[in-house]
Amino acid sequence: MAAELHVELVAADRSVWSGEATLVIARTTSGDIGVMPGHQPLLGVLESGPVTIKTAEGNVVAAVHGGFISFADDKLSLVAEVAELADEIDVQRAERALERAKSEADAAAERRADVRLRAVTGVH
Amino acid sequence: MGAQLRVYKRRIRSVTATKKITKAMEMIAASRIVKAQRQVAASTPYASELTRAVTAVATGSNTKHALTTEVENPVRAAVLLVTSDRGLAGGYSSNAIKAADRLTERLRSEGKDVVTYIIGRKGVAYYGFRERPVVESWTGFTDSPTYADAKKVAGPLIEAVQLDTAEGGVDELHIVFTEFVSMMTQSPVEKRLLPLTLDKSEEDEEAAKGKILPLFDFEPSAEDVLDALLPRYVESRIYNALLQSAASEHAARRRAMKSATDNAGELIKSLSRLANAARQAEITQEISEIVGGSSALADANAGSD
Repeated sequence: MAAELHVELVAADRSVWSGEATLVIARTTSGDIGVMPGHQPLLGVLESGPVTIKTAEGNVVAAVHGGFISFADDKLSLVAEVAELADEIDVQRAERALERAKSEADAAAERRADVRLRAVTGVH
Repeated sequence: MGAQLRVYKRRIRSVTATKKITKAMEMIAASRIVKAQRQVAASTPYASELTRAVTAVATGSNTKHALTTEVENPVRAAVLLVTSDRGLAGGYSSNAIKAADRLTERLRSEGKDVVTYIIGRKGVAYYGFRERPVVESWTGFTDSPTYADAKKVAGPLIEAVQLDTAEGGVDELHIVFTEFVSMMTQSPVEKRLLPLTLDKSEEDEEAAKGKILPLFDFEPSAEDVLDALLPRYVESRIYNALLQSAASEHAARRRAMKSATDNAGELIKSLSRLANAARQAEITQEISEIVGGSSALADANAGSD
């Protein structure tokens, strides 16, 4: 069995996902970062973007809007104000939100909707 | 029906209506406590993860930050007071206001200027009536606060802390809210949010065990991480305070409404006793009038015969 790290993905008002994983890929302000078991202790600021958690059963993708990644002692926490798993995202709603944001030129809302859609489609 | 009896009946009807209302409010509050408690529990992982991260930066780097450094001579302190929007919650709001008054008094005696920020219509009304200055106030969400509300409150506060004291900024930030101890006990507490004082106890224990704290790699840099992390930390603390206050408010309201319902029941009982007595007195009087009348009639008939 490959070494695993424990992942906690928490949003401001709930715990979104937790479990064991072999690799976590997230986007920090200075670029994408992949964390595997035994990584050096790390604390980084996350960009809005999809986070991929590779587990033994398959990939878990979540849309994370801002927040932090912290890793120490094979425990990884992803802390974000808003975080959603790809399965929870309503694609049609996100598409509508994206169009509305584009027409209203609301950059923040457009980015949020875009991140959601990318998390669902798996395009980074 | 006699006038006395009619008055009693009317009062019983009115108290019964009041009792129905207070009973309904009691039950609504009771169901909301559970919801509010669940929200508090749901927000705990976020708060504890953030605390862990902040502790990591504070112990793993020597970075100085406006939100963590203690000012040598603090001259201005901000107090954030959390009250409720609605009344009928017993001493909930006034207890919090009293605690804030005590804190303000103490800070003034330490030679600090105190500026007040208020959440909740009751606190705003209290300060407005006494014409005390309030820097900023927020209302409309004390029932079920969301994270966005906490962000809205935290924004100006963090800004004020980061501002230089000479330009109107503050050196300290205190928060007064009502802690949810249990269904029966809610106590107003005051806490200093900024500058941050981290719980040293855990760290000491770890040091005692001979553990070395991990040396963190900061991405992009310790300063930037702190810049992004600390406001979130303050927001989450304020969010937690709001949620606890909401739970306390509902618990306080439930208790107040329960005793109001009980009192109404007592009142109805004693009023119906009085009403029964009045009715009986009326009947007795009518009988004695009839008896008296008929015997007078009988006497008169006996005399004429």
